[in-house]
This record gives sequence, structure tokens and C-alpha cells, in this order.
Amino acid sequence: MSNWVKIAAFADIPPLGARVVRTKNADNSTLEIGLFRTEDDRIFAINNRCPHKAGPLSQGIVYGDKVACPLHGWKISLVDGKAEEPDVGTTACFETRQENGFVFLCLDK
Amino acid sequence: MQKLKLVVVGNGMAGMRTVEELLKIAPDLYEITVYGDEPHPNYNRIMLSPVLAGEQTIADIILNSREWYAENNITLHTGKRINQIDRIRRVVTAEDGSSSEYDRLLLATGSMPYILPVPGKDLQGVIGFRDVKDVDTMLASAKTHKHAVVIGGGLLGLEAANGLMIQGMDVTVIHRNEWLLEKQLDKTAGNMLQKSLEAKGLKFLLKQETGQLIGEQGRVTALHLKDGRELAADLVVMAIGIRPNFALAQAAGIHCHHGIVVSDTMQTYDPRVYAVGECVAHRGISYGLVAPLFEMAKVCATHLANFGIGLYKGSVTSTKLKVTGIDLFSAGDFRGGVDTEEIILHDAVGGVYKKLVIKDDKIIGSVLYGDTTEGSWYFQMLRDGKPIHEIRDHLLFGQDSLGNTGHAGQNSAAAMTDAMEVCGCNGVCKGTIVKAIKEKGLFTLDDVKKQTKAASSCGSCTGLVEQILASTLGGGYAPPSTSKAVCGCTDKNHEEVRAEIRAQKCLNIPDAMAGMEWRTPNGCATCRPALNYYLLSTWPHESVDDPQSRFINERVHANIQKDGTYSVIPRMYGGVTSPAQLRKIADVADKYAVPMVKLTGGQRIDLLGVKKEDLVDMWADLDMPSGYAYSKGIRTVKTCVGSEFCRFGTQNSTQLGIDIEKAFDHMWAPHKVKFAVSGCPRNCAESGIKDVGIIGVDSGWEIYVGGNGGIKTEAAQFLCKVKSADEVMEYSGAFIQIYREEARYLDRTVHWIARVGLDYVKQRVLEDEQGRKAAYERLLYALQGAVEPWSERVKNREKYKEFETITV
Ligand code: SRM
Ligand SMILES: Cc1cc2nc3c(=O)[nH]c(=O)nc-3n(C[C@H](O)[C@H](O)[C@H](O)COP(=O)(O)OP(=O)(O)OC[C@H]3O[C@@H](n4cnc5c(N)ncnc54)[C@H](O)[C@@H]3O)c2cc1C
Ligand code: SF4
Ligand code: FES
Repeated sequence: MSNWVKIAAFADIPPLGARVVRTKNADNSTLEIGLFRTEDDRIFAINNRCPHKAGPLSQGIVYGDKVACPLHGWKISLVDGKAEEPDVGTTACFETRQENGFVFLCLDK
Repeated sequence: MQKLKLVVVGNGMAGMRTVEELLKIAPDLYEITVYGDEPHPNYNRIMLSPVLAGEQTIADIILNSREWYAENNITLHTGKRINQIDRIRRVVTAEDGSSSEYDRLLLATGSMPYILPVPGKDLQGVIGFRDVKDVDTMLASAKTHKHAVVIGGGLLGLEAANGLMIQGMDVTVIHRNEWLLEKQLDKTAGNMLQKSLEAKGLKFLLKQETGQLIGEQGRVTALHLKDGRELAADLVVMAIGIRPNFALAQAAGIHCHHGIVVSDTMQTYDPRVYAVGECVAHRGISYGLVAPLFEMAKVCATHLANFGIGLYKGSVTSTKLKVTGIDLFSAGDFRGGVDTEEIILHDAVGGVYKKLVIKDDKIIGSVLYGDTTEGSWYFQMLRDGKPIHEIRDHLLFGQDSLGNTGHAGQNSAAAMTDAMEVCGCNGVCKGTIVKAIKEKGLFTLDDVKKQTKAASSCGSCTGLVEQILASTLGGGYAPPSTSKAVCGCTDKNHEEVRAEIRAQKCLNIPDAMAGMEWRTPNGCATCRPALNYYLLSTWPHESVDDPQSRFINERVHANIQKDGTYSVIPRMYGGVTSPAQLRKIADVADKYAVPMVKLTGGQRIDLLGVKKEDLVDMWADLDMPSGYAYSKGIRTVKTCVGSEFCRFGTQNSTQLGIDIEKAFDHMWAPHKVKFAVSGCPRNCAESGIKDVGIIGVDSGWEIYVGGNGGIKTEAAQFLCKVKSADEVMEYSGAFIQIYREEARYLDRTVHWIARVGLDYVKQRVLEDEQGRKAAYERLLYALQGAVEPWSERVKNREKYKEFETITV
């Protein structure tokens, strides 16, 4: 079963930028997701923790379909969460969808 | 769409580097087929010397494994020699009769060892030193035979001789010239080298030539010199030069003259046929080192990819000998002539010799023996044609002789053991770097930075890493010219980008990228911040600032911390505060439970560990201006007590500091800019290590520029002395404005001055009075009406949604 949640108006996510989504789970744990918008208006959601040293990816510079981590500059693909070579590591990705100007996020993963 | 067919003849270093470059920029354009007559996938030929010396194995030096070819859909034919090109039908045919059609053909057939035409040259045990087969022959001979003779005392010959000696053979080198490596060294250095090699056990016969080779049962047993003497020889290695391999091209009617003749676009006279590597003659020159081949590969790839940009204009090469324990470096025209000068340092006992050849105030050649620390620095100046008169007096003592931090004062890589730390930021040892260079086939500083992380943070160990590269790769290493492309998204360098932005009047990033044909749709994290700054500094009030092209700190006007929180540093102009201000800061720190309150090295207070969501509220409560502690822009103006209180003070340094900080507040720059004002020459504000340092004296103010107290300590240089505080403003403002308009992004003032020279700065700021006043006016104009960023965010909260977290 998919757990789709309405997150934000598309317009509230800046182009070539990101917003932070914090989820409170039933077990009291939290999860931070970076919600990114590319220049061509695609929306991607990935765990807001860099595979290197957990830098907040949402604060990085977005270009193409990548983000450069603000702490030490690893380049993370928004499409599959993988770090660009030669760095190695992956961060979790979440599905998104846009409908009537709103962005939905699938929280099962 | 049907892919074009690219056929590559020659599966060696130049051919495969071209294919790699091509795949980077046009991965899907071609169906690629590669023919190589060696039975191996592409390997790092220059590492055959360490393989012979037993330091590495063939498996270690493979550059492109068979899997790599498969992953990139390249059809690889090893052990197949192409012996015909049909340019009309556009087909190449191999010895075994198989063939491939091409739309474009790349010839990269390398070269062959030159074999002396003496009697006996075809005997068994007489070889060149070129490929894996030769190394295998040498290793096998070393197991069963004793006497080796190497003909040729050049780089290759000496590396062969050294390897054979390590493998246990008794080795004699025969050399025609008066001293070794005459193409790289002058006589003094050549003699020093010979002494060290003799101490290792090699024997030399100089000014001798080979007459004939004598054999028994088909195998060589002796060598006769022209003067009649005989030497025992079970193995003879000829290392007297190479001949470009162009017979195939010539037979196909392609114009050749001592090599396959190519234009600056790496095209032969048949426009469908390209050629790279040792087989070509470019502007009449054939190169025998890898650095030029890599430059050719880059250019060739852009043309194969149909970008039609990039010209190869020839290379200046440098040389190192890859014999462990011997340090020599040579570049350019080291012989000199009637119109050149020489600077020489010779310590015969210490085994150090350094010679620089200077012409018209520029280095045109250098020979270093025993201490090659500064080799890449000299080479860089040579390639960039940098005037040297300002640094001439300490040229020979090197650029790193003082002030570099982070690697325990080491500045000679050769003197370091494998376990010693080279990069203090990322904890990378020398051994790790050497291993990566050899095993991963790294050739450039960028490669090493990426693969090992060394030199990728603060950069203070860059010089050491370059030395390690140079000594591991021999001449294969060419330091990057300081005038290189901004990043992989463009071929333009910083100066070209700035000029275009001005010429085309670009006012925003998309227009700038379109106008300069950026390769990527929206750049990358390297070029966007640079472009954004260039637009702002070239067209103040007209261009559009793009927050998304700024690093996070400048975007949110606070400093990101390792845990994703931020630090807040309000301005305290000139380092002066008041009880009321301190109380307010204390209250805010309490209210937001700030984990740490710290005095900074810049005379103000840092509130560390603030959550991003709290930033705007905190700024509202503080009601103080931002200290720009995060900016590539004006940071602090450090001051001392000055004449108001200090018993030695000659000038009111505190007030001038406050005035400067207020006047230049909100100023963006290529990098951070720090000022200091001291009230007397005791210099308590440390003006000597600031971008602009001002020192009060009885008769006025002295202005110093280009100091730096960070990664590499640099003392500021005296610019001028002025009488009044107003003049200090005008002169230092003009200096900073010219820096803002002309330096490369991420250059501190010291780096910029090092490139353009202090004379240039003096000419612009001191001699050209009109120009100085105009520059100062431009700075004031650029700063007019600047908004205070914190209060702007407090006032217009709804515009800054980025500070709010969405919770679900
Ligand atoms: C807060 C402070 C240390 C302190 O607790 O005292 C500091 C903190 C940082 N410095 Fe610094 N520097 C601080 C004074 C200095 C000084 C001393 C000074 O200004 O008198 C220097 C040497 C002087 C100079 O710059 O020439 C200094 C030389 C550096 C450098 C090396 C710059 C260089 O060109 O070599 C860096 C790295 C860089 O900028 O690329 C750096 C970078 C940094 C960064 C921004 C690292 C980063 O990118 O995150 C640190 C931010 C920490 C944080 O999260 O807040 N910091 N830093 C000081 C803030 C001063 C202020 O009030 O604004
Ligand atoms: C022992 C040694 C040490 C060296 N050390 C250094 C050093 O320290 N620094 C440095 O810069 N350079 C060094 N060099 C030089 C460097 O290796 C060469 O400059 C470089 O390999 C040339 O590249 P290339 O692609 O032009 O030729 P190669 O690498 O020789 O590649 C050409 C390939 O084409 C194949 N070929 C030729 N004709 C045909 C045909 N008709 N059909 C199919 N295949 C064909 C050849 O067999 C070969 O594999 C060294 C060379 C040697 C041999
Ligand atoms: S504050 Fe400066 S010196 Fe201290 S750890 Fe950070 S960058 Fe290094
Ligand atoms: S935490 Fe992202 S690069 Fe280091």
C-alpha cells in the first residue's frame, strides 16, 4: 500500500532550490527529506543526509539533476541518490508526483 | 538514429585517452571499434619502468580493463594489426583479413624504438624498451644471464639500466655524448647524475659508439665498440630514440613528414582521419611524452564530438627521471644562449644544483638536481610566461620557504616517508597518494584530488602533491596552467568569461550561459557562483543576483556548521561594542539556548549552533547588522586602541576602522576581504597579514596590501603612504575595486597580486590618479543603496519560505 501525502504547493519550492520536509513517525522517530526542484520543474525527494558525513543536502547548490553537498561538495544524483564518482555512497530516494499545482510524496520506502 | 562508426587504430595511451574524453562529452555519438596489435588492453606504458624495477606488476598498470571496453560498448580487437586503410571505401583491414568500416578514423599508432643499423642487430637478446614483451624478455634474461648493455644514456636507457641492475644484472650503459641526458641536463647536472648512478652500481662508457654485435647460436654474446674494445653482453637494450609509426598512414596516401602531419584540430590531410599521440607531427614536432598526448586527446575529442572548439597549439614539456632516490627535473630551454641570463645555485657536496635560464624577464628553462621541490612552480611560470623581476631575489629558494601550514613544515616530498601525512585536512599519507597514482593510472592534480581527497580541502598541500605526481610519473606530469577553464561546463577561462560578460552585457546567468555556449543546461556548483559574482561586479544595480547560485552561507546569510545548524555573527564595527549590545546578545543567546558563544579571531562574537528555523527570529531580536562572516566579501576591519587611549598611538585607528567597515559594508568580492588598522608601527591589529593593512605613523598612514594570515601566511606588501584618512579610503577603496573587477573568483588579494604583479597594482592605484578616483567612485556606486540582509529577511518573512521546515 502506498502512503501518498500532500506536501506543498509546487510554487513554494524554489526552482534550482529545495525545501526541507520533516516527518514525525508513529514511533516518534523523525525523518528529514529534501524536496528539490530542478530548472525544468521536475521534483525529487531524497533523504536530507549526505552519504558522506550526513550534510544537509537540501542546503546545497542544485544543477542539472544533481545537488552539491554544502559541507564538502560531494555531488549527489537526485534521480537515484548516488554520489558521483569517485565518491561512493547512496542516500534514500522517495517517489513524488505533481497534481493541480501540488506536490505529493510517497513515504513508504 | 544510426550511430556513426569510429575506428581507432592503436590501443595505446593516446588513442584510449581520446576515446575517454570523447565518451565524457558525447557518449552516444559513435559505435566505437578499437584495434591494437598488442595482446593486452590499454596499459600505462610509462609504468613499464617500475614493472621492470620490480615495484609493480602488469596487472597494476592496466588503465582500461576489458570490462571497461565492454561497459562502454566498445568492440576491442587485441593482437590484431591493421595493415591497410582504404580511404575511398572507408575500410580498415587487419593482417588476418578481418575489416571494419568507418565514418571517422583515429590513428594512434605510437612509435617504435630506433634500432641501430649495426651488424648483429637481429640477434636474439637484442631489443628495444617499448612494450610488455620487451619487459618480459628483460626479466627472463635477468634470470638466466649476467651481462647487460644498454645503448643510450637518455631517460629510457637509464630507467632500463636501473631496472636491470635491480634485477641482478651487471649493467653497462654506452652513451655517445659527453654526459648523460644531454637533452635534459647541462654538463654539471649530467655529471652529478652519473656519480649518483655509479654509486648505485651502474657503469658508464661515455663518448663511445657501438660497432657491431657478436653472437653465438643466434644469441648475442658480446658488443664491439667502434674503437675496437669488446664488452660481454647477453642482453642488449637499444634506447637511442623512437621513430613515429606512420608507415600505415603513408601507405594510405595520407601526408606524412617524419610523422603523420596534423593540423591544430588533430586532423590529417584527409578530414575524416584524425591522429593523436607519438605517431603525429604537429607543427613539425613529434612528442615522446604523455602530457602533450593528453592535451591532443582533449582537443581531438571535442572535434570528434562535433563541438568544433579547441585548438592544440603545441606543448612545452618537462622531464623527470623515474629512478627511485634520484631527483632531477628539467624543462624548456635550459642551455640558454647569448641573450639569456642564468641564475645558478650549486652545492656540490650537498648534491644540489639548480639553474634557471631567464630571457626578457621570463623563465625559459630550468634544470634541477637533488632538490626538485620547486620544479612545478618554475614550470608553471615558464608556461604562463610570468614576469619574475619582483621575486627574482628569492626565486631559487622557492615559494614555500615560509608560512605554509598543515603538513608539519614539510616542503620536499622526496624527503617524506610513505607514512607521513601530506594532507592535514583529510589525513592522506604520501604512500596512499603514490599507490593511487600508480594503480589507478592518475595523471593530473585533479585526478589525485578526486581519488584520494588530498589537496581537495584547504589546498595548502597542493605543492607537495604536485611533487609526488611529478616524481611518480616522470615527464608524464604537466602542472595545470594557471589560466585554465572555469570548470568542465566551458572551455573559457575566468578572464575570457569576464570579458564576454562585459562585451555582451550579460545581466543574468541564463543569458551569460547562452551567450558563451555553456555545455550544461544550468552549470554546476563551481561555475554558477563565479558567474553570479562576475555579473554583480561587472553590472552593479543592473544584473540579477541569483541566490540559487550562491553557496548556502551567502544564500541564508549565516555560516553552516558540521551538523547542519548555523552560526550568527553580528557586526561590531571596528571591534567596538557597548554594554547594551552585550546585554542584548546575552539575552538572545539565552532565549534561543545557543550552545556556544565565542569570541572570534575577528574581534566580535559568534553565536554557534543555531537552527535554521530560528535564524530570522533571532535576527529580529538582535536587531544588529549582519557581520558577513560567511561571505566572499567584506569581513572584518580589525582595529587597535589607537591614539584615543594608547600611550603610543599616533592616529585614531579605531575610528578609521569603524569608518572603513561602514563605508564598505555589504561589499561582495571574489573572496573574503579583511582590513586592519593599527595606530602605530607596533601594529597590534596585525595589519601585516590582511588584504588591506593600514598602519598609522606620525605623519599619516601607510597602506599595505595582499597580506594573508590563513592557509599560507603572506606578509602584506607596502603600497604607499598617505596623509589623511580620506586618502586612505580613496586608495584602499580603489585597490579593492580593481581587485573586485579583475581577480578570478576565489582569488584572495594575495593570489591576484601574485599573478598581475605589484607594479601593475601601483600603476593603477598610484600613478593613474584619474583611474584611482574613478575606481573608487565605481565602488561607492556599487555599494549605493545596499540592503542589510538580516533586516530585509525580518521585514519580508513571506519571501523567505526557505527558512521554514514543512512538517507532516
Ligand atoms: C569564526 C572564526 C574562528 C573563530 O572562532 O575565531 C572563523 C571560522 C571559520 N573560518 Fe576562518 N574564522 C575566523 C577568523 C579567521 C582568521 C583570523 C582573522 O580574520 O583575523 C583567519 C586568517 C586571516 C585571513 O583570512 O587571512 C581565517 C582564515 C580562514 C581561511 C583561510 C583563508 C585563506 O585565504 O587562506 C578559511 C578557508 C576559506 O576561506 O576558504 C577560513 C574559513 C572559515 C570557516 C568559514 C570554514 C567554513 O568554510 O565553514 C569557519 C566557519 C566556522 C563557523 O562555522 O562559523 N578561515 N579565519 C573567525 C571569524 C572571524 C570573524 O569574526 O569573522
Ligand atoms: C619504458 C617507457 C617509459 C616511459 N616513461 C615515460 C615517462 O616517464 N613520462 C612520459 O611522459 N612518457 C614516458 N614514456 C612515453 C609514453 O609511454 C608514450 O609517450 C606514450 O605511451 C605514447 O602513447 P601513444 O598512444 O602515442 O603510443 P602507444 O602507447 O605506444 O600506443 C600505440 C599502440 O598502437 C599499437 N599499434 C601500432 N600500429 C598498429 C597497427 N597498425 N594496428 C594495430 N595497433 C597498432 C601499438 O602496438 C601500441 O600498442 C615512456 C615510454 C616507455 C616505453
Ligand atoms: S574555524 Fe577555521 S581553523 Fe578552526 S576548524 Fe574551522 S576552518 Fe579550521
Ligand atoms: S557531508 Fe556531504 S560532502 Fe561531506
